[in-house]
Amino acid sequence: MNSTNRFWGLRPGDALVAGVLLCFWFWILHATWLSPAPTEARVYAGGALYARLRLDQPKALAVPGPLGETRIEVMAGKVRVASDPGPRQLCVRQGWLSRPGDAALCLPNRVSVVLTGGGASYDSLSY
Amino acid sequence: MTALATEPILTERTIMMARWAALAVLLGLVDAAVPSPVPGVKPGLANLVTLWVLWFEGWRFAAGVSLLRVLASSLVLGNLFSPGFFLALSGALGSLLVLWPASRLPRRWFGVWSWSMLAATGHMLAQMALVRVWLIPHDGLWQLAPVLLGSALLTGAVNGGIVARLLRLKVNGNGVATH
Repeated sequence: MNSTNRFWGLRPGDALVAGVLLCFWFWILHATWLSPAPTEARVYAGGALYARLRLDQPKALAVPGPLGETRIEVMAGKVRVASDPGPRQLCVRQGWLSRPGDAALCLPNRVSVVLTGGGASYDSLSY
Repeated sequence: MTALATEPILTERTIMMARWAALAVLLGLVDAAVPSPVPGVKPGLANLVTLWVLWFEGWRFAAGVSLLRVLASSLVLGNLFSPGFFLALSGALGSLLVLWPASRLPRRWFGVWSWSMLAATGHMLAQMALVRVWLIPHDGLWQLAPVLLGSALLTGAVNGGIVARLLRLKVNGNGVATH
């Protein structure tokens, strides 16, 4: 009875469970948000690999598509679609991509960019 | 054994289960009314009832109350067989799955705090798994995991604390908190 009355009924095992779950949470945090930086951006055009860009050097690339040119920009470990001829501008509005596995798809122009490397083993998207 | 055939369906215990489930539905409505900053982050007040009946009536009873609550509250909210319903169901099943072994831990060492935090984590993992395979089949979902699991841990701890407090009030008998 005494053990239930102190600390709002917190028992020794409860503290242990809390500790274990906190460790689990930190592990998840580490595996997701604190995962290593991506090393490469893969640019696809018309379903085929068009270019592989290293992220450690700035670069601007114009990718031709059925609607016109999609401009892709690399800077300081990040990549973005700077401009796209598509009507909705979804890939442009996504802004800078910085995590492994992040992707921007400019579907009308059939251009996409995906970040790879840095430990993210997944790279598949199903349409 | 012949008595089984004539035993009424509405036993004392069944009615009690329905009453607890009704209270859980009410708390679930409060839950649904609270605006949530991120989808999936909720206090989970109905779980107070699950923990309480688990403490006094055992796992089977708690499972009955919990599943009855999911069904009844989806009727009240009008989302039966919608994604929201299946999310609630998977959450309830996930937490019950975790609570089955958890409620068998020695109570001298492990109390409702443990149950609540473990159940909240199981609840969230089951829901995320369902979302991953069904609603958002993309691994980008895991980027939300720290927020969702963190909030589950927090609400689980708070709810565990509330039930631990209520248990203490009941054990002390007079409804007056003693320190």
